[in-house]
Amino acid sequence: MNMSGSAATSNIPSLTNGSGTAAILAAGIGSFALAVLACAGDKSAAIKNSLIFYKPTGPLSGVTSTAIVIWLLTWGILEWRWRNRTVAVGRINAVALVLLGLSLLLTFPPVVDLF
Amino acid sequence: MEITVRGLWTLIHGMGFGALYLLACSGALVELHRFTTSSPPSEATPGQERFLKVYLLGMVVLAWAAVLTGAYVIYPWYRAAPPPGTIGLSMFPQRLLMSSPTTIGWHSLGMEWKEHVAWLAPISITMVAFVFIRYGRDLKNHRQLRAAVLCFAVASFVAAGIAGFCGAMINKYAPVQGGHTIQLSQGEEK
Repeated sequence: MNMSGSAATSNIPSLTNGSGTAAILAAGIGSFALAVLACAGDKSAAIKNSLIFYKPTGPLSGVTSTAIVIWLLTWGILEWRWRNRTVAVGRINAVALVLLGLSLLLTFPPVVDLF
Repeated sequence: MEITVRGLWTLIHGMGFGALYLLACSGALVELHRFTTSSPPSEATPGQERFLKVYLLGMVVLAWAAVLTGAYVIYPWYRAAPPPGTIGLSMFPQRLLMSSPTTIGWHSLGMEWKEHVAWLAPISITMVAFVFIRYGRDLKNHRQLRAAVLCFAVASFVAAGIAGFCGAMINKYAPVQGGHTIQLSQGEEK
């Protein structure tokens, strides 16, 4: 951890918020991607078949693998762009939390059945 | 006393990784809240900070181990299709659940929900661990980051709880079984 003891005990942040915000937004986007892919696979036979990466596990293998790739790629790009920057964390966190909430909703089968 | 190989894997997945993760979640939530909001003189020591980092890393390993064993070891056994003409469905849990109107919901709602929502747990807790390891005690100076990290930690707990509950109920009505039998102990007649 690259911070001094005095900075840790003061109220002045010793690190910019960019890196943490990048991780939070990427987690929101990754979760949402997973939920959207699961929903799409449930609604379309063509998408469902294209998501079968490992036959014994079925479309779940493609849904989760693709979502993980999207999450890690997004995280890498955002980390690279924001690592040493101070960003509008409030707005970005709100977006990430909305995406997380939608992900929880979209993985609930009765909600998926509404589409 | 005996257990089948598939039963043992289900036990490792559910009790070994899943239940341990859920237990760890409650501790992590309390510690994260205390650690990132405490002010002197109750400030945590570097040793306590290091412990929490290792604790969170342990949770990351547990969460990924739970979803990966679930999806790639147990789920194929759960969703296996019986050969034509099969009468007994005890070796085909998904078909067994779907064969009765009183149990079909455990597949159409329980498993369909569990198999996707469970993955939100490792994604969320990986982020939580990364942010805590990167910021440590400095997180208390980032109020908005701290709030988001705690929200994601709660979401991770909720997602794992849903998956754990559905998994336990599914295994109650249609246990995954089969494979070699492991003899644990020889029973004695009383």
